Amino acid sequence: MATRKKNPIWAFFASVKLALFLLFILAATSIFGTVIQQNQPAAQYVKEYGENLAHLFRILDLTDMYNSWWFLSLLGIFSLNLIVCSLERIPNVIRLLRKDNLTIKPERLAKMGIRKTLALPLPLEQSVQRVGDYLHSKGWKTKKRQKDGGILLFAQHGAWTRFGVYIVHLSILVILVGAVIGSPTFAKKVLHNEKFAFKGSIMIPESQETNFIYSFTNGKKIDLGFTVHCSYFTIDYYANGMPRTYLSKVTILENGKPVILKDGSTVHDLKVNKPLTYKGITFYQSSYQPYSDFLTVLVNTKTHEKQTRIIGGGKQIKSKMQPISFGIINQEVRGEAVQRMKIWFSDNQADPATFWVNNGQKAIIKRPAGEYELTVKQLYATGLQVTKDPGVWFVYIGCGMMLVGLFVAFFMSHRKIYAFIREEAGQSTLIFAGSAHKNKVGFEKVFSKLVDEFQKQMV
Amino acid sequence: MNSSQLFGITTLCYLLSAIFYVALLVFKNKKVGTIGLVFAIIGVIIQTVAIGLRWQESYQMGIGHAPLTNMYESLVFFAWCTTLFYIFMEFKFKARVVGAFVMPFAVAAMAYASFAKRISQQINPLIPALQSNWLLAHVITCFIGYGAFAVAGGLGFMYLLKKSGIKKGKDQDSFTGSLPELKVIDDLTHKTIIFGFMWLSAGIITGAVWANEAWGTYWSWDPKETWSIITWFVYASTLHARFTRGWSGSRIAWLAILGFVSVFFTYFGVNFLLSGLHSYGAS
Repeated sequence: MATRKKNPIWAFFASVKLALFLLFILAATSIFGTVIQQNQPAAQYVKEYGENLAHLFRILDLTDMYNSWWFLSLLGIFSLNLIVCSLERIPNVIRLLRKDNLTIKPERLAKMGIRKTLALPLPLEQSVQRVGDYLHSKGWKTKKRQKDGGILLFAQHGAWTRFGVYIVHLSILVILVGAVIGSPTFAKKVLHNEKFAFKGSIMIPESQETNFIYSFTNGKKIDLGFTVHCSYFTIDYYANGMPRTYLSKVTILENGKPVILKDGSTVHDLKVNKPLTYKGITFYQSSYQPYSDFLTVLVNTKTHEKQTRIIGGGKQIKSKMQPISFGIINQEVRGEAVQRMKIWFSDNQADPATFWVNNGQKAIIKRPAGEYELTVKQLYATGLQVTKDPGVWFVYIGCGMMLVGLFVAFFMSHRKIYAFIREEAGQSTLIFAGSAHKNKVGFEKVFSKLVDEFQKQMV
Repeated sequence: MNSSQLFGITTLCYLLSAIFYVALLVFKNKKVGTIGLVFAIIGVIIQTVAIGLRWQESYQMGIGHAPLTNMYESLVFFAWCTTLFYIFMEFKFKARVVGAFVMPFAVAAMAYASFAKRISQQINPLIPALQSNWLLAHVITCFIGYGAFAVAGGLGFMYLLKKSGIKKGKDQDSFTGSLPELKVIDDLTHKTIIFGFMWLSAGIITGAVWANEAWGTYWSWDPKETWSIITWFVYASTLHARFTRGWSGSRIAWLAILGFVSVFFTYFGVNFLLSGLHSYGAS
């Protein structure tokens, strides 16, 4: 320790002043990024702040400040400060824990803040026995030693709670390590493996599938290693027009075969707040895109023959189910959403049928030659955010540690109880004393209750 | 009787409570303080019923959800947390005049919620992003923290008042004489900050977990997140300054006030002045 302390660099990083300074600087600089909108196109800043300020922002990386070299360096120095600061102090705590508490001089007890003196009409040995048994029955395991013409008993609780604050420090480091592990930049630049951690997105039109996504960082394709198929997307609204649910039905395919997911089915209902994780990659419902095309499903109810096609509005198609052809000849639109459409349907047997049907609603068409079910739905693409973050469990464990650590550091304390017993003329004099490294008032109550109860038992 | 009528009565109770506490401060009559406490308790009970009723009303509308989803509901909840925290503190630490510095926060929150034009009192259905069990955990943890920090800010202000009273040498005759001893206020401020810090940490963590569940990113430096971490930094500094550098008294009092300014900005400023993911909190 003594040699370490002489090292000025070590001393610099071990100082609490540095920690206070860094906390202040981190807090103060973080404000910039909340006032200046982050990651906007360069022209936006020029328009909003003028040429000169925009230039300054660029130099100082203020347009993406939380990923800038200087902000990350600050976090790096902060971590170093945390590590050195803790390493500097933990040996002291260990020394405190290992300390032989029975070396204390009995006179010191008489000066401690929390203390009480009693007399017992018993010889020394018996008194010691009584006190030891009593404390033991209350959960205080005592050690004893003969000294200064009497016997000193000592017991302690929660010595380990002195580590609470270091659990908090460690938790911050664990979270930061998790953040680095899960960082796409780290995966790319240090591990040279983009697939290790990434964030990206993909639009999948209904009835289509994909085996790659586009990275957020550079817009490049990232291979998933499996296929994601979207069969259906819908938005459900409340009566007042606010969206209630965005729902995509997705299936994971491996070598063209649907994979049975955790819930036992192959189709997952993907919603906001209900993501799907497969092989460490998580899919989130994040956006959608309506098209002017339509997704049609035609079923022959007798033969159960089924056909899915995408057709444009105002177009007529010939179905593979000969001799059927159908088309959408009119539509009613609210905003971007088609409400209902007029269908034209022919099987060359009689006059073609025309009818209105609501978007996505099944229409049953009875013809002399057969019966058909036709579902026509405006085509949507679902927008999925796709994330692979192998560091997230570190972050979660770190968060858990932080809460535990804070609780230990703030609400638990290292409590000590001493009892020094001396015999004078067949009578014993007892000095009880106690200390707690935090919440002294609370401990004083516990102490008084403990000693008072002992006194009552002895009477 | 519907929930908004009950919220109106709550506001009135809190206002009376604040007035009586201030009267206690000025006239040093203990009975007056008891009346202040009684109004605070009645207010908090009525408000609890009102919150429950609003919850039930949302179910009757067929869009049932906890009343913690927009600015109106959050202000009401903030007032509730602050008052409840204060009542608990008064029973535990017997420092009654503190109410004169805390109840005004509750009144302000309730009054602003009820009368500000930009705030809609309507019960709206939950948009998809808010449909999560994390909603309750996140909002409750954050607001217990906010409530505690409001109390800590009030205590800091009280400390500075008392101190200036003593400096002028007329502490005993002026109203600051009825305030608790400086040491007591200092200790209470510290304890309150510790309590708030614990809950703020939990609030940030539940928010991060929820964000990861909903958006696939536990931290995206959106203004709300950033301001919450700024607040966290401010209180972390305060605690370190006290534990390791022995700061106390006026310095901590100022930091308690600065901390609450930061909380206030995290809560309001971000919603009204900056744009980001938390925009649903703004109306």
